[in-house]
Amino acid sequence: MNNLLLVPVLAPFLIGTILILFKSYPTVQRWISAVTALVMLGFSFYITYVVYVDGIQTVELGGWAPPFGIVLVADLFASLMVILSSIVGVVCLFFAFQTISKEREKFYFYPFYMYLLAGVHGAFLTGDLFNLFVFFEVMLIASYILIVHGGTKYQLRESFKYVVINVFASIFFIVGIAYIYGITGTLNMADIAVRVAEIEQTGVLNAIAVLFLVVFGMKGALFPLYFWLPNSYFGPPSAIAALFGGLLTKVGIYAIIRTFTLIFVHDPGFTHNLILILAGGTMFFGVLGAVAQFDFKRILSFHIISQVGYMALGLGLYSQLAIAGAIYYIAHHIIVKSALFLFCGATEKITGTTDLKKMSGLLKSYPVLGWLFLVSAISLAGIPPLSGFFSKFALILNGIEQERYFIVFISLIVGLLTLFSMMKIFIYVFWGEESLEEKDKNKPIMPLLAPILPLVALTIILGIGAEPIFAFSMEVANQLLEPSEYINSVLKE
Amino acid sequence: MELLMILLIGIIFSVSTYLILTNSLLRVIFGIIMLSHGAHLLLLTLSGFNEGAPPLLGEEASVYADPLPQALILTAIVISFGVTAFLLVLGYKTYKAHETDKLDKLRGHADE
Repeated sequence: MNNLLLVPVLAPFLIGTILILFKSYPTVQRWISAVTALVMLGFSFYITYVVYVDGIQTVELGGWAPPFGIVLVADLFASLMVILSSIVGVVCLFFAFQTISKEREKFYFYPFYMYLLAGVHGAFLTGDLFNLFVFFEVMLIASYILIVHGGTKYQLRESFKYVVINVFASIFFIVGIAYIYGITGTLNMADIAVRVAEIEQTGVLNAIAVLFLVVFGMKGALFPLYFWLPNSYFGPPSAIAALFGGLLTKVGIYAIIRTFTLIFVHDPGFTHNLILILAGGTMFFGVLGAVAQFDFKRILSFHIISQVGYMALGLGLYSQLAIAGAIYYIAHHIIVKSALFLFCGATEKITGTTDLKKMSGLLKSYPVLGWLFLVSAISLAGIPPLSGFFSKFALILNGIEQERYFIVFISLIVGLLTLFSMMKIFIYVFWGEESLEEKDKNKPIMPLLAPILPLVALTIILGIGAEPIFAFSMEVANQLLEPSEYINSVLKE
Repeated sequence: MELLMILLIGIIFSVSTYLILTNSLLRVIFGIIMLSHGAHLLLLTLSGFNEGAPPLLGEEASVYADPLPQALILTAIVISFGVTAFLLVLGYKTYKAHETDKLDKLRGHADE
């Protein structure tokens, strides 16, 4: 019993509600939301510390003992995800202060930002399948609004598809819940895990596993359900795109990893091989999309897809090393992808466009921006000693050990193509003749860069300090592969 | 009763699939609404129509009805109600901005 776990869920929710009262005072909203985000970041580190020292923490809401009550659970994986989302939450918020227009600020931008964080944290911490659905909805409704926020013609058109697809996926989530409640008679994930182990995972339970894979895969943009992502992430301002690119697909991936390491683990020959196939398709087709594009934001959006594939690859290989690689990859990806989207926002602020063909030679006037972008770009592509290398290295090493050469081959090709398309951005945007007009040359960029710097520093730290961080990921993976610890601490057996 | 419900859910699902695949914004929204109702009915059906006493504390009965599915459906209905309201407004705004409710005219182009 540790009420601390409620803070990351309740704090943004309550503060978001308070922020509504300050609708016409953007400065007050900024201060309140900035302080909340920073405090939450501190709390998330403290929670992880407590979990690391004292083991898995749970809260039974209202004192109802599991499996009947609602329960929040923080194991190492969940608390790590809360840390990562809090980091992205703080950074994108500070970037939003610089780039979001006044009208958007006055139209409840910050409240919905906070609600989104509340939903994301809730989805990470919940130990109950139905509450996972509810927190998904809290997060998604906030995301619907943020993605259409501003209401341009393009945004309206693409958000409609985004909303319909996500609502569709949510409805199938309810269908999956209905099936699993019909079979096991419980919705507590730990309890479901016990019952599934008792009745053996065959036939209908495999079908349910696939249904959940489809639902979470749709939210996490797995092949072939990723088609909605690039267009809808193109519409909103970069601060929101960075938040979404960092967090939203990862919630789907988190749910896949949680259910397929806790509940559906008894027939890996079927489920995990299926995940492996989907991972290969996701990586390959995502990166092909990125190679074909000539727009800063669209390239980055397609890269989200291809990198979600790496995380699924780690789960599909299903060994301690591979899952540790996937977790390391999630940490790396959330940080680097948000940084890259923020770079996109910074160049958009300078040049007024995201089309690669309309800009060139920014390196002369903005050398710091250019070189920092290069660092993040090669980190994404996986050049040592940055963080992208070590996570991919673990995955590929384990793929070779398990003799799955085809998927290793695909992931190597995808790495090369990622490097190619990131270099394309660098060459078009920063290299070549300077195309800026005089008035654009001396814009102050330190305020824009300040929120990005911690992310770039983090990717370097994650790369150079790979040894202890990888040891931590191995521990997280160990906890995931030994669900009995999770089950025992929830059900108190 | 179960069989009847399952048939009904099947009909609702097929009708809503048809509606979602049509070319009109409003029909897609109606399809989503019907689909969510189908899912709620499925939740009710699969958790079983056990004939027991209402689950009150301190009463003597051999069988009690399961209260959980109803709580779940209530939550799900509230959520789908909110999302539906949002979808209707979004559909209306999209219709106003683009002056069409035909989805093939809202497809967008690669060069924008």
